[in-house]
Amino acid sequence: MTATQVKFYQTGTFTVGNRLLDEGNRAIQALMERSNSLNSGHRACQGCGEALGARYAVDAAMRGSGGKLMAVNATGCLEVFSTPYPQSSWQIPWLHSLFANAPAVAAGVAAAQRARGLPETRVLAQGGDGSTVDIGFGCLSGMFERNDDVLYICYDNEAYMNTGVQRSGSTPPRARTATTPAVGSAPGNPPGIGKNLPRIAMAHGIPYVATASVADLRDLEAKVTKAIQIRGARYIHIHVPCPLGWGSDPVDTIKVARLAIESGLFPIFEAEHGHITARRSIRRLVKVDEYLKIQRRFAHLFGKKGDPDAIANFQHIADENIAIYGLAPVAAT
Amino acid sequence: MNSSTPFAITLQPSSGLANRTGSWRTQMPVYNRHLPPCNATCSAGENIQEWLYLAEEGKYEEAWQAVMRDNPLPATMGRCCYHSCETACNRGKLDQAVSIHAVERFLGDQAIKNNWKLEAPKARGTRVLVIGTGPSGLSCAYHLARLGHSVVMYEAGKKAGGMMRYGIPQYRLPRDILDAEIARIESLGVIIHRNKKCTDILESMKQEGADAAFLAIGAHLSKRIDIPAAEAGKVLDAVSFLRQASDAPDRSSLKVGRRVAIYGGGNTAMDAARTAKRLGAEETVIIYRRDQKHMPAHPIELEEALQEGVIVNWLRTIKQIDGDEIQVEAMTIENGKAVPTGKFETIKADMLILALGQDSESDFLRNVPGLSVASDGVVEVDPRMMTGYKGLFAGGDMVPADRTVTTAVGHGKKAARNIDAYLRGESLAATTKNALAPFERLNTWYYSDAPKSLQPHLDLIRRQSTFDETTHGLDETNALYEARRCLSCGNCFECDNCYGVCPDNAVIKLGGSAKFAINLDYCKGCGLCAAECPAGVIDMVKQSI
Repeated sequence: MTATQVKFYQTGTFTVGNRLLDEGNRAIQALMERSNSLNSGHRACQGCGEALGARYAVDAAMRGSGGKLMAVNATGCLEVFSTPYPQSSWQIPWLHSLFANAPAVAAGVAAAQRARGLPETRVLAQGGDGSTVDIGFGCLSGMFERNDDVLYICYDNEAYMNTGVQRSGSTPPRARTATTPAVGSAPGNPPGIGKNLPRIAMAHGIPYVATASVADLRDLEAKVTKAIQIRGARYIHIHVPCPLGWGSDPVDTIKVARLAIESGLFPIFEAEHGHITARRSIRRLVKVDEYLKIQRRFAHLFGKKGDPDAIANFQHIADENIAIYGLAPVAAT
Repeated sequence: MNSSTPFAITLQPSSGLANRTGSWRTQMPVYNRHLPPCNATCSAGENIQEWLYLAEEGKYEEAWQAVMRDNPLPATMGRCCYHSCETACNRGKLDQAVSIHAVERFLGDQAIKNNWKLEAPKARGTRVLVIGTGPSGLSCAYHLARLGHSVVMYEAGKKAGGMMRYGIPQYRLPRDILDAEIARIESLGVIIHRNKKCTDILESMKQEGADAAFLAIGAHLSKRIDIPAAEAGKVLDAVSFLRQASDAPDRSSLKVGRRVAIYGGGNTAMDAARTAKRLGAEETVIIYRRDQKHMPAHPIELEEALQEGVIVNWLRTIKQIDGDEIQVEAMTIENGKAVPTGKFETIKADMLILALGQDSESDFLRNVPGLSVASDGVVEVDPRMMTGYKGLFAGGDMVPADRTVTTAVGHGKKAARNIDAYLRGESLAATTKNALAPFERLNTWYYSDAPKSLQPHLDLIRRQSTFDETTHGLDETNALYEARRCLSCGNCFECDNCYGVCPDNAVIKLGGSAKFAINLDYCKGCGLCAAECPAGVIDMVKQSI
């Protein structure tokens, strides 16, 4: 992985910082002078994974670009909770236009800064899975295809949360949403073949694609820091639990994200020009049940009626990921 | 549209701060200090987590000073304490317990090597007499001296140290270490009168002009039993045997038999067996009436004795001695008790050492009014360590206790604090203990795997024949490593997790040792900071709306 492993026997690089580590070995989030790009006062729910992921990513992008950063935001939770008129929680130049066009607007911002003779400005586009995987997908594919100089970050909370938890192309099979209720003979989201956006981004052959999670801050920061400095189209897909939509306890936001990684359901990897170049091995392998059980959107898979086949299918997906991406645990760290 | 209105809506950066999201909160995070299991079990009352925290930063002298607030004998205790702290250590559930005793010993040895000094106490004009210079007497004298009292000690033997000198063999506690730590206590102005036995405590207090006294004479009288002997072989008691070995620890001056039997299953029996082996016994057999599960000796002592070639004859009681033949009866365990089976056998031994426990030699106290002495010489004390006679305190092996160096040191400290309060005409305010920090409070995901560093051991052949110290100390690199293995249970070690994981920027990093604070204007009370704190420092407290 790109994040340097510090050989430090108390906590290694698992914690955000540590008083015994040199400043250079602490996460950006450990610094007193971090930019807090998304500041206090925003209206995200208690324990919001997306608010956390956005600050992690944008603070890293701010540091990686030396403060020369502009951000474009698609419609979605992040946009709504951060900028309820007449307030904004952002401390960076930030634009919102429409649900579908954030990649195109960002490409325009990058072109405008070049035209103004300010090519050092780095441009970040961001959105949720709804705007990325469904509504803005055409614009995103175009941004990739033209290799526009934009880093696009998708905060994936696996449904349209802001409007009341409707399913998206990123919603996992069998999950209960407002539009796929847990009723009938096949409750929850009908299992299709899904839409794996990191793989689709890789298929465009763009310079950089990565996945990350709020449960692995060091890895996330290293990837954003690297990506913000690369020229051309880049894509990072960050897994961000949603306590409201997933029916998880706000206190468990990071735990849920961690279990997604440790079960193999959310593979963490990095790809350049269409080829996987690095992956994060599982540290303490767990069964998918541990991940599913603490989310009420999967409650109908457990209990008396239950659906062992659906759980087995999740396990199959996790095992496939572990095999495809090479995530099996290595020697203890 | 008015031409002065921009096409797009412009919002001021961070204007969202006007929205005080703290009003959503129904529970709030509170940073607390919880009691780590090591501290909770230490019978010397040490704040282990605190001094490991200092040692982690390489601040060894400060760490030593923190140890010295509770325990005046770290180099000694680091060697002969049975470290219940390590049994309780939460890290034991993760990989292996932190080798706390090894770090304590390292700090103690560094203090001796570098001659670290204690702050000179301010004299208060009061005077306390301490009878006995074992661990509890020394500890009490030390703490009294640091509180500004002048202290006079009486020692019946020719050297100070009590059972640490005459009971614990040199291979576990080299005497130069003990001497150095006693000398440091004397340097605080404590006067030790050696070869001075107290025969009348009230008279001695009068002679010394003492305002209070602490009794700590230990338990040096070996318990005896009647064994029918047709022809008496050589029978010794373990206390005198260990005392002789301590005075003359070489093969020529103290002869042991070719085959030595030890009767008993406590730590003294282990010490006697291992000492006999070192003095040249070819065969050393421990005869014990119960089994290994019911043996009072510490598992480490048994393990090391077995490594050195000591044999244990479990479930046997001695019935009769006839010259070099010991007749034993096989026992069986029923409901935890040893029950005779009626089967007999014979063991050959030309020397028998009895290690069946010790009584306290407290006859000289029987005339003190109000004092209650049991038949085995054990003296009753109240929770302040005061006997039935006002101003007369007692501790260590002569009061009901588990009879370890650690407990004795704890008694000395407790007595000193109560004597200090007594002399001021006050009573010690009851201390409240913080809530325990059990393993379940920790988020162990954040700790890296780090197995404990082992202390090197002396070669077995040398352990069987010499009194050289069996276990060596840690050096600076592995002592630092070991200290940093501490999980800091229930106490903040500044990992920045709370500051990092708050989705609302509501944790304020104050920097340095000021640590962190919660910005209650914006904290929504999600509890992520508490959940992701590795050490379980933060409590979520319900709030009324």
